[in-house]
Amino acid sequence: MTETYTFNFMKEVSSLLHAADGNPFPMCVQCGSCSGSCPVAAYMDYTPRQIIAMVNAGLKDQVLNSNTFWYCASCYQCSVRCPQGISITELMYALQRYSIWKSRYQEGLIGPSFSEAFAKTIVNAGRTFEPILAPSYIFRFKLREFFLEVQNATELMLKGRLPLLPPRIKRLDNFKRMIRKIIPIGGLA
Amino acid sequence: MKDYAYFPGCSLEKLAISYHTSALETSKKLGARLMELDDWNCCGSTTYFHIDELLAYTLSARNLAIAEKTGLDLVAPCSACYKNMYFTAAHLKKDPELAEHINYALEEDDLHFSGNIRIRHLLEMYAQDIGPEEIKTAVTHPLDGVQIAPYYGCQILRPRKDHESVEQPHYFEDLISAIGATPIDYPLKTRCCGGSLIISSRTAALSMVRNLLHTAVERQADVIATACPMCQINLECYQQSVNQEFNTNFSVPIMYFTQLVGVALGIPSKKLGIGKEFISVMPVLASE
Repeated sequence: MTETYTFNFMKEVSSLLHAADGNPFPMCVQCGSCSGSCPVAAYMDYTPRQIIAMVNAGLKDQVLNSNTFWYCASCYQCSVRCPQGISITELMYALQRYSIWKSRYQEGLIGPSFSEAFAKTIVNAGRTFEPILAPSYIFRFKLREFFLEVQNATELMLKGRLPLLPPRIKRLDNFKRMIRKIIPIGGLA
Repeated sequence: MKDYAYFPGCSLEKLAISYHTSALETSKKLGARLMELDDWNCCGSTTYFHIDELLAYTLSARNLAIAEKTGLDLVAPCSACYKNMYFTAAHLKKDPELAEHINYALEEDDLHFSGNIRIRHLLEMYAQDIGPEEIKTAVTHPLDGVQIAPYYGCQILRPRKDHESVEQPHYFEDLISAIGATPIDYPLKTRCCGGSLIISSRTAALSMVRNLLHTAVERQADVIATACPMCQINLECYQQSVNQEFNTNFSVPIMYFTQLVGVALGIPSKKLGIGKEFISVMPVLASE
């Protein structure tokens, strides 16, 4: 087996859960309530239960190369059912963060570029603006999906439901200074 | 009746404009004014937590600090905004060091959050704060015979906040009964719509939407009532995509609960944003 065992991976991931304190995923008993509850499990490379075991075993490369945490819909069904009190959703967030920071993710996933485009829009304007997010995903769609998306957007526009001008908050300068105090290097902006 | 500080959220500006107008009109009719927060920013949605947890809390904390100045309870119509604001407030209250760090950043906008605020989802405001009894007395056009699927979705219920029932909630059904309609037994009522997976993992999300539509039709719902712009958009705007993907023929009307309550209160459809949807809701209104 070529997989590198890095015991520290579990600790690294734990340290990414800043405010979701007491997330005891090393205490997972592998009961599978999370996987059984997850509405997306069928589409994941590994189920939530498997991912927890893999994180705890230090299978870093396999975890980072999987689509599992990018397919989490943040519905928290697993989290409210876990008998060990693990917030699996927060663990998925932590893995997404880790994966973005290390720029390591499965080829072809839309999730990472969509998240980054979304974050940049907020940092620059204080608001989201749907049309500016489209380039981060639409060109990866299959042709039929692409046309359906354009058709949907056209219908939304005709019904007056598509924003044409990007919204901005009024006190944007204050807002940007506030953000710089949290992320001093301002890598996103 | 009391006033609320109101955080509409980005979707309600355009994509979910009908939710916004119907929320304002219906609440006004019930005697509760929704006072929009001054210069609010995006809550970060679910996507922001992928990038930076601390910044995600800061984004919500700014809105909380603005709301706190009003002295009113804060209400959000979008489940993602609600969840972000609710749990940001809870974390900041529990962790003074985190609060101090974030308040240090909020100084740049002359704001401070001290943790004294009650945060409600718009559906909770209707079904619990105002309550079905009060709403029942205000109904002038009861939706007799209309079968409604009460679709809670995810983040209004989860994560768990206290000891409330997250598996079998019943307050949406009670609200539906109060307007004279019949809530159907909808076993997928707390199942996820896919949220932003509709963009990032299209096939998975479409199959989730298909299941929701299928069960609603099977249970003979005339309409699915939603309480979140993401649920509404996935079920409504992507219903055609579901039909193409799975060779189905769904044409299920999807309406915000505020529109349904508004109709029962006798508010003209136009004021409730009715007419902007992809799938006509006229069959629902005609049966009333």
